[in-house]
Amino acid sequence: MKTRPIRTLSRALSRSSSTTPPNLLRIASTSHPLHRPYSTHPPNARLNLPTDYASTPLLSHSSQAALANPELPASACNGTTKRMNLFQAINDALSIALGEDESVLIFGEDVAFGGVFRCTSKLAETYGADRVFNTPLSEQGILGFAIGVAAEGMRPVAEIQFADYVYPAFDQLVNEAAKFRYRDGACGRSVGGMTVRMPCGGVGHGALYHSQSPESLFTHIPGLRVVMPRSPVQAKGLLLASIRSNDPVIFMEPKILYRAAVEQVPTVPYELPLSKAEVLREGGDVTVVSYGQPLYKCSAAIEQVEREMGVKVELIDLRTIYPWDKETVFRSVRKTGRCIVVHEAMVNAGVGAEVAAAIQEDTETFLRMEAPVMRVAGWSIHTPLLYEAFNAPDVARIYDSIKKVMGF
Amino acid sequence: MRPRAVQPPSLFVAATCALQGVRRDSSSLSQRPDAKHVSFPGAVKSAFSNTMRFEQPSTYPALPTYRAVDQHGEVVDPAFKPDLSDEAVIKLYRDMLTVSIMDLVMFDAQRQGRLSFYMVSAGEEAVSVGTASALEKEDVIFCQYREQGVFKQRGFTLADFMNQLFANRKDPGKGRNMPVHYGSRELNIHTISSPLATQLPQASGAAYALKIQRMQDPSIPPRVVAAYFGEGAASEGDFHAALNIAATRSCPVIFICRNNGYAISTPTLEQYRGDGIASRGLGYGIETIRVDGNDFWAVREATKKARELALQDGGKPVLIEAMTYRVSHHSTSDDSFAYRARVEVEDWKRRDNPIARLRKWMEAKGFWDETKEKDARDSIRRDVLKAFSEAEREKKPPVWTMFEDVYENLTPDLEAQMKVLKEQLEAYPDEYDLGEFESGDKESLGK
Repeated sequence: MKTRPIRTLSRALSRSSSTTPPNLLRIASTSHPLHRPYSTHPPNARLNLPTDYASTPLLSHSSQAALANPELPASACNGTTKRMNLFQAINDALSIALGEDESVLIFGEDVAFGGVFRCTSKLAETYGADRVFNTPLSEQGILGFAIGVAAEGMRPVAEIQFADYVYPAFDQLVNEAAKFRYRDGACGRSVGGMTVRMPCGGVGHGALYHSQSPESLFTHIPGLRVVMPRSPVQAKGLLLASIRSNDPVIFMEPKILYRAAVEQVPTVPYELPLSKAEVLREGGDVTVVSYGQPLYKCSAAIEQVEREMGVKVELIDLRTIYPWDKETVFRSVRKTGRCIVVHEAMVNAGVGAEVAAAIQEDTETFLRMEAPVMRVAGWSIHTPLLYEAFNAPDVARIYDSIKKVMGF
Repeated sequence: MRPRAVQPPSLFVAATCALQGVRRDSSSLSQRPDAKHVSFPGAVKSAFSNTMRFEQPSTYPALPTYRAVDQHGEVVDPAFKPDLSDEAVIKLYRDMLTVSIMDLVMFDAQRQGRLSFYMVSAGEEAVSVGTASALEKEDVIFCQYREQGVFKQRGFTLADFMNQLFANRKDPGKGRNMPVHYGSRELNIHTISSPLATQLPQASGAAYALKIQRMQDPSIPPRVVAAYFGEGAASEGDFHAALNIAATRSCPVIFICRNNGYAISTPTLEQYRGDGIASRGLGYGIETIRVDGNDFWAVREATKKARELALQDGGKPVLIEAMTYRVSHHSTSDDSFAYRARVEVEDWKRRDNPIARLRKWMEAKGFWDETKEKDARDSIRRDVLKAFSEAEREKKPPVWTMFEDVYENLTPDLEAQMKVLKEQLEAYPDEYDLGEFESGDKESLGK
């Protein structure tokens, strides 16, 4: 009974339909072309273009490029690669973790059928419903449960469906997971086996409750490691390192990259180092520090600036946002004397504030500064549906900041 | 239990009793010799037993599901008397039809890329329209997100729906919220928030506020709060907090659970093991009923009675668990056939449908027929498409409005950020598309 009206309505809504009844013509004849209603890019833009993931230098488009990564162990460099997007790379890491270590358990809301972002596809079928399972809908329950599982020596990988929904579990993370080892003291127990995965960040139409990047709420909490990968290769290596780490890790996955970011990923198990930043391109004039999805925008802005101004910009991916790799950042800024920090989350009390403060506290770096540290970040507002494109850092704002910091 | 600063015991008890307005004779807690009942403070009516036995949930029968009208449209409750005129029933039936037709149009529109997101409420139209029809205009509503029928019944127009869905300049949410996150001050419905169950303790608090306000000013008419949620949300800590605090503070709130069988992909078997959500109401000392959510009349009658109960004895919470089936996908972002069989859904649709059931009842009463049905559907569809078209072509609110309402007034920080953005848009006009937005008076915003 329902299928016929749906077809009819499809026709009614169709702008190109020639069989549209007269009373529907007003919809059918609307003249502006079908377009994505949110976060469109303007026709004459040369900076704020959609990220071209197929050509960005931040992804390994060939097997050779992937295997040339000096951080990979020999076993990976001598092996093969496979084209994967971000959710497939995460799925691969989870599958490896389940396969190599019986103490690994994976759970969260809707994970059994593969998860709403497909990160846990086929894991329940392969490793059994005792180790990969759905939980009731309760974030505080999920993370309290994970802490208990970890406290008894296992390695839970808990999923929070969206970072926006982690707050009911804040007590468990801040007062329990982070303090567990400290509280137990010489008794020696910890919940280091625990990893908490959560998709984060904007996708263009997530509005107030499907686009938050709450990393700085966790970077303020000693005892938690906070990691955000930028790509499939990074995600696999950093997630395996997080799961094997003996500290609780908050692993934040930029959900816009789940399908968009595709690259060649080494097939064997490998780890990438936690609390170690990576220099993605070298340059002597400006240091741009970022993590997660904005790195792609930084990369596009840097290419444009370098073409136009002949300056050389160094781009650094923090990867682990806390405890973060100050030495790599200081080394770069001592060389360039200029630094811009870029993140999607609100600018106030964000990661940019921490990086800028650390730079000016380090005497050797401070004395080399040619310009104040700049921040390009979300405004101090909630993410509004219609205005995400005006809120998140874009290529033009990063480009403009590089020019400003050069002209200071 | 958190450790608290210790006060002298007598003072502490006195202060607690005074605060709660409860008088507790100190003698009531003492145990008389040979008493048959426990007088522990935490369970004052428990009889002593000399048999050690753990209670088995399975030995208690499941709570019954109240029906007034069965799936053939026949009245099964001999005490049931419809309290509405034929015209009033037709109005509510049309509300249900409108929601159902709008859902089909908007689901399709989302598939065509005309809006970013949509959620339908197929199969749950009677729960929302039926409960809302038994509430008063002054009552305060907290929804979850699948209750468009509540909005429709209370007077939300098709234009109101469409303006929100297209986030245009007439959307009171100022284009900030995802589609289906409606809100209306005029209709006393708080704006929808995506996080689950957060609305429930808020509903308890709101109900307490209504109660206190009436105590302070008896000229205010008695009001209740109605709070909607799904059975999945009832797993959140906020659900339990809400029921418990509402019970202890005697809040006039009606908790309305739409138990539709699924929380996205998670079936109820993996959500809970007790007797649904209703059994929990009893656990918290709350009057509770389970109703057939496909039966418009059962839902309406139960809510009418619940409102009456909620206002008795100075106010108290009531729980209604309405049993339904989520015929649709969770949202346009979901394909439910990845986790449930198509035949299961088809089977449900064939067996029972709240709209078809009320229609059968109306036809049996002789005031509805095929012609009226067709006319109603055609005219509603026309109206939906008209509202759709008008809302889609409206301009969006000015970009500057995104800085408003974070605080009551713009902070110096926000004013500075707005200025930076303004300079950026002026310096790079080709990089930003402002065409669909009203220009607005950005100069006036900072003042």
